[in-house]
Amino acid sequence: MSKITYIDSSGNSKTIDVANGLSVMEGAIQNNIPGIDADCGGGMACATCHVYVKEEWLNKLDKPEDAEQDMIDMAFEPKKNSRLSCQLIVSDKLDGLIVTTPSKQT
Amino acid sequence: MIKTDVVIVGAGPVGLFTVHQLGIKGLKAEVIDNLDKAGGQCIELYPDKPIYDIPAIPECTGKELTENLLKQIKPFKTNFHLNDRVQEVSNENNNWVVKTNKNKVFSAPNIIIAGGVGSFEPRKISLKESEKYEGKNIFYSVSDKNKFKGKKVVIFGGGDSALDWTLELSKISNVTLIHRRDEFRGAPYTLNKIKKLEKAGKLQVKTKYQISSIEGDVNIKSITIKNDEEKTIKIDTDYVLGFFGLIMQLGPIAEWGLNMNKKTISVNTENFQTNKKGIFAIGDICSYPGKERLILSGFHEAALASVECFKRARPNEKYRFQFTTSSKEIQERLGRKPK
Repeated sequence: MSKITYIDSSGNSKTIDVANGLSVMEGAIQNNIPGIDADCGGGMACATCHVYVKEEWLNKLDKPEDAEQDMIDMAFEPKKNSRLSCQLIVSDKLDGLIVTTPSKQT
Repeated sequence: MIKTDVVIVGAGPVGLFTVHQLGIKGLKAEVIDNLDKAGGQCIELYPDKPIYDIPAIPECTGKELTENLLKQIKPFKTNFHLNDRVQEVSNENNNWVVKTNKNKVFSAPNIIIAGGVGSFEPRKISLKESEKYEGKNIFYSVSDKNKFKGKKVVIFGGGDSALDWTLELSKISNVTLIHRRDEFRGAPYTLNKIKKLEKAGKLQVKTKYQISSIEGDVNIKSITIKNDEEKTIKIDTDYVLGFFGLIMQLGPIAEWGLNMNKKTISVNTENFQTNKKGIFAIGDICSYPGKERLILSGFHEAALASVECFKRARPNEKYRFQFTTSSKEIQERLGRKPK
């Protein structure tokens, strides 16, 4: 289990214990965290699980693949710290991760 | 009004295989899809990417899968209504009447929704003020390039549509291409050509910038772009073209009174019927306990839904299970000489 904090666009925050091995997206879906749609179900085929990673965490994460960056091009208001939460696999390394969800996904 | 046995909503892999499962049972179908071609996500999102989990096909691309499915259903000579979207549904004398955006009307005892995650629509600029210029100065596709002749055009995006139009319009317009990062996902060949033209001063390219505001009155006068360091640039322009890719919208189906579970339609696992008799949901759009969003799951769902469609479309006939290998009837429907 690792603690993942999801903050919505108006600042409300929820911290959830997510089992290691699940993605940050799955942690949100299984716990009814709003703001993450994940239309394609985790296939990197849409950009509706888009999150902003808290700056201090950016360099601690594995770099996104090109395919993820390509998808982020299609996300709603992408920024430098944009990631697809389906590609962030929870492990002890991610314990304490903070992500913010955009004001909408589509 | 087009009368048929089944209206299939969605021409993705599952919608296509549904035509097959209905066809071998002797049922006619009409297929409606919002895209301009069959194949759904396979053709729109990953035409050249490999798929490894289609039974008995160790590896194929999205395009190959689509082509093979189209080949497999060719004997049924099914009508496709592309570039159209289902709008309303109503019930008349136990038949479902479906109306589309283009005012086509279908009547059938069955509707099979194989709509994936919804219909593909262009992602738009998220600024509120962009709405009032949409269709006038802001476009998400190009229907007549001559409109831009001799004008200043700003193009956003990093994919093939953005690159192709940058190249094409640079011949007749003053083009600025803007993308949010240095890497482009469009074809390297096109990108090289664009870079050469940029060096020659024939067009401008700005990377790591995104739109931050639009200025104008009745028409757009300029836009302002901003990078991650908050540096802004104002660019005078007549037109803005946005190629930010496609998003999937469930659209009017959400208003059909079907039991929904978030963006998916709840079905039973016996025949994948929804809470409305004669309306089925299969593939990525349906949900039931244990649902996996795999193409192969959609194929299974199509097979079972087609049995119930047969019973509803041919109430006076008995459904008889048959194998394609041994059924003369099926082989005739497939246009094969029985062996």
